Amino acid sequence: MAEAKAPSARDGGRPVLRERGQREVFCGLTGIIWLHRKMQDAFFLVVGSRTCAHLLQSAAGVMIFAEPRFATAIMEERDLAGMVDAQDELDRVVNRLLERRPDIKTLFLVGSCPSEVIKLDLAKAAQRLGAVHMPRVRILNYSGSGIETTFTQGEDACLAALVPVMPALAAGAPKELLIVGSLPDIVEDQFLRLFADLGIGKVGCLPARNARDLPAVGANTRYLLAQPFLGETAMALEGRGAKRIDALFPFGVEGTSDWLRAAAREFGIDTALTERVIAPGRERARIALSKLRPQLEGKRISFLPDSQLEVPLARYLQDELGMELVEVGTPYLHRAHLARELESFGPHVRLSEGQHVERQLDRVRADRPDITVCGLGLANPLEMEGLTTKWAIELVFSPIHGFDQAADLAELFARPLRRRDMLEV
Amino acid sequence: MQLAVWTYEGPPHVGAMRVATAMEKLHYVLHAPQGDTYADLLFTMIERRGKRPPVTYTTFEARDLGKDTAQIFQDAAREAVTRFNPQAIIVGASCTAELIQDDPAGLAEAMGLPVPAIPLELPSYQRKENWGAAETFYQIVRQLADKSVVRAPREGRPARANILGPTALGFRHRDDLVEIRKILDALGVEVNLVAPLGATPEDIARIGAADFNIVLYPEIADEAARWLERTFAQPAVRTVPIGVGATRSFIADVAELAGADPTPALGDTSSRMPWWSRSVDSTYLTGKRVFIFGDATHAVAAARIAREELGFEVCGLGCYAREFARDVRAEAARCGVEPLITDDHLAVEDAIAAAAPELVLGTQMERHIAKRLGIPCAVISAPVHVQDFPARHSPQMGFEGANVIFDTWVHPLVMGLEEHLLTMFREDFEFSDEAGASHHAAHSPRKAAVPVVSEAPVTDIPAPVAETAVEGGTLWTAEAERELKKIPFFVRGKARRNTENFAAAEGRARIDLETLYDAKAHYAR
Repeated sequence: MAEAKAPSARDGGRPVLRERGQREVFCGLTGIIWLHRKMQDAFFLVVGSRTCAHLLQSAAGVMIFAEPRFATAIMEERDLAGMVDAQDELDRVVNRLLERRPDIKTLFLVGSCPSEVIKLDLAKAAQRLGAVHMPRVRILNYSGSGIETTFTQGEDACLAALVPVMPALAAGAPKELLIVGSLPDIVEDQFLRLFADLGIGKVGCLPARNARDLPAVGANTRYLLAQPFLGETAMALEGRGAKRIDALFPFGVEGTSDWLRAAAREFGIDTALTERVIAPGRERARIALSKLRPQLEGKRISFLPDSQLEVPLARYLQDELGMELVEVGTPYLHRAHLARELESFGPHVRLSEGQHVERQLDRVRADRPDITVCGLGLANPLEMEGLTTKWAIELVFSPIHGFDQAADLAELFARPLRRRDMLEV
Repeated sequence: MQLAVWTYEGPPHVGAMRVATAMEKLHYVLHAPQGDTYADLLFTMIERRGKRPPVTYTTFEARDLGKDTAQIFQDAAREAVTRFNPQAIIVGASCTAELIQDDPAGLAEAMGLPVPAIPLELPSYQRKENWGAAETFYQIVRQLADKSVVRAPREGRPARANILGPTALGFRHRDDLVEIRKILDALGVEVNLVAPLGATPEDIARIGAADFNIVLYPEIADEAARWLERTFAQPAVRTVPIGVGATRSFIADVAELAGADPTPALGDTSSRMPWWSRSVDSTYLTGKRVFIFGDATHAVAAARIAREELGFEVCGLGCYAREFARDVRAEAARCGVEPLITDDHLAVEDAIAAAAPELVLGTQMERHIAKRLGIPCAVISAPVHVQDFPARHSPQMGFEGANVIFDTWVHPLVMGLEEHLLTMFREDFEFSDEAGASHHAAHSPRKAAVPVVSEAPVTDIPAPVAETAVEGGTLWTAEAERELKKIPFFVRGKARRNTENFAAAEGRARIDLETLYDAKAHYAR
């Protein structure tokens, strides 16, 4: 685990530092926090330990009391004694839950480390329970365990579980566009308006706001990834014949423009029309960013691995705000999906995949970047050492995609720097 | 399997983290999968610590299972000892590692590390956070205490005490300790050691040098104190000094063990709570019905303060940990209520709704339940959120703690004079139900408290007590309903319930004006 690996791969001629060791990251269960807000008819039942329940309530903060649509079936000693009991117990818990919550239309049984290690077959449980409760409730399963998933990969696993139950797009149907990755409603609506103005008629979203309302998929589906952490989902979509539209991720002026243009090209939209449609948004974002650029230009930034958003965000901060990238760490580097993003990285950018947190912190202390993007377990300790930080989770929970959020995204990085300079005590 | 949205306690290894983080120069090597580092946030964010907890997580992944997880553990342990240079390490497993059976204890022992490696057996599927903290502290004390320590005769030297129990993430532990030190100073008692908070493993070796122990938080320190009693013949003070009366008893107990005069400590002039409680503005507190829930230590202390020092009526009392339920049962008997021993927040919510208290004292969870039911609330026990790790000095213990408690508990209630005015001008158009106490937003708006049907929670939330539509609304005549509306909102719920109970007991099929006032007379205090 602790062996220091020399740079062992080259991506587009770029060395990648690969490390194994202690990782200071969330597990995939955390995805439930935003997924349950996005899919209004879905309930997430984690089958796990008290640790899992504790994680969810720690991550959800006070949201836990806003009638959440998630819970944990906490395994106790008697559940570990024999598999048969565990399945019976699961039936009992699910039946009780569905009686109490008749509004649930989709139930996700979410696997955890303990349930995966004892090989509790949740897929089978989902099938068995589904047979009983369909058509009223659809029961699906995915794993959000830490041994298999890091933070946002929980969303990837969840969406990949939805792909097989998407309706089939008829073979002769015209091309349809699919936006993949959960976005805040306000951002999703902005994108849908832009696609409508471009004349791309039918646009589906995965996840849909109701999990029982899934868009169709087939050989004539063209999908755009809105998020960089959706490798499994992309594979599942490809398995159903869909094809990915290669583009930058829609962060900032250029990322959003590229993303929209790539879709327009794929759908044969006239270039002049495309430029006309995106011009107002581009201009608004450009003006807004020009106000923030002076605060960020020339500032050195390091990213610790968290969500896989690191590479596209680094590209945006470097290209559009003039920041200098020191280290860009990501929990997992999806070469194909990020190839275009990596093209603009300068030769001195240190790209790392995986984590050995102690060694990475040694590098942060040696580099002393102006701002370090990291998790909440590290942020205050680094501040105490005199390093300015930006906590990473906010980048997953805030609206940051698209033209009209480009400046909000820059502000998330500018604010800690401004605050550092403001405080006199 | 237990269906839970909220858990009052984390798993036992979080208790072990609380002990490790409290101490200095101790490191915890935790066999755990990726993701269990979430617990670091509790310390860095909620408690706002400026240092990472001293925990190395082995971070095994699915691909490691069944082959080299044991090797991963040993590498992590070796690296942690080299990097952090601790005086001792504790080793153990989180819930997932418990299932893969790598035996951290045996693995650490086989390594011949240069420092003591203390193994922890924390059964994650039976036990919880506080138990984990207690067990960890006990194991550390048992392994590190130097048993050859012999105390010098007492003549000609001050008495020495250990203060046991304060941890990281403890509710007000930082400030309680300040108050306890003040009391010991006044009594001329020397502090031999505070542990776990601030102690190093080398400090723990000297634990036998004290004449007696002070068990501040039984949930955490009781087990270690019992062992110390057997091993070093150290008696323990187990009175928890929360409240004026309990603080006085505590002072008397410490003075007795130390052979000191309690007078200087008892004469602490900063004790304002007794006068505040006797002053006439507090008259309106008399008989206010209060529901109390938390850990056993804080719940029992709160019940005594409520009864004996503020003149409240305790209408519900409970705790979430079975290990200490006995004290809660005894105190509940004194209060004349059924004890509620449960870690199921839904059961607590039902009990609060049924008791219809005027004030709830509890944890972060009860704060939310009370908000939903529109009942004033104050926090008395962990689990708590970031605002209950305040910047200002806010102890619960000692005389200053009693001052803090008076302010904290009374603050959410409508002030005495205001309550009087509201009663006088009860039909005034400006005093609507929406207006809670004027000095802050004590209540959430009542209309919003009714859950939206499409968002029905896991449990059926009881309709807010204070403002529910009448069950079988035909029971009340329109005239009686109008009269009920004239009763101030903060007692209306109780009036409604009392009247309906009275009508049922009397076998009256309708509630008219007559019944309303008959009931009022029947329940007159």
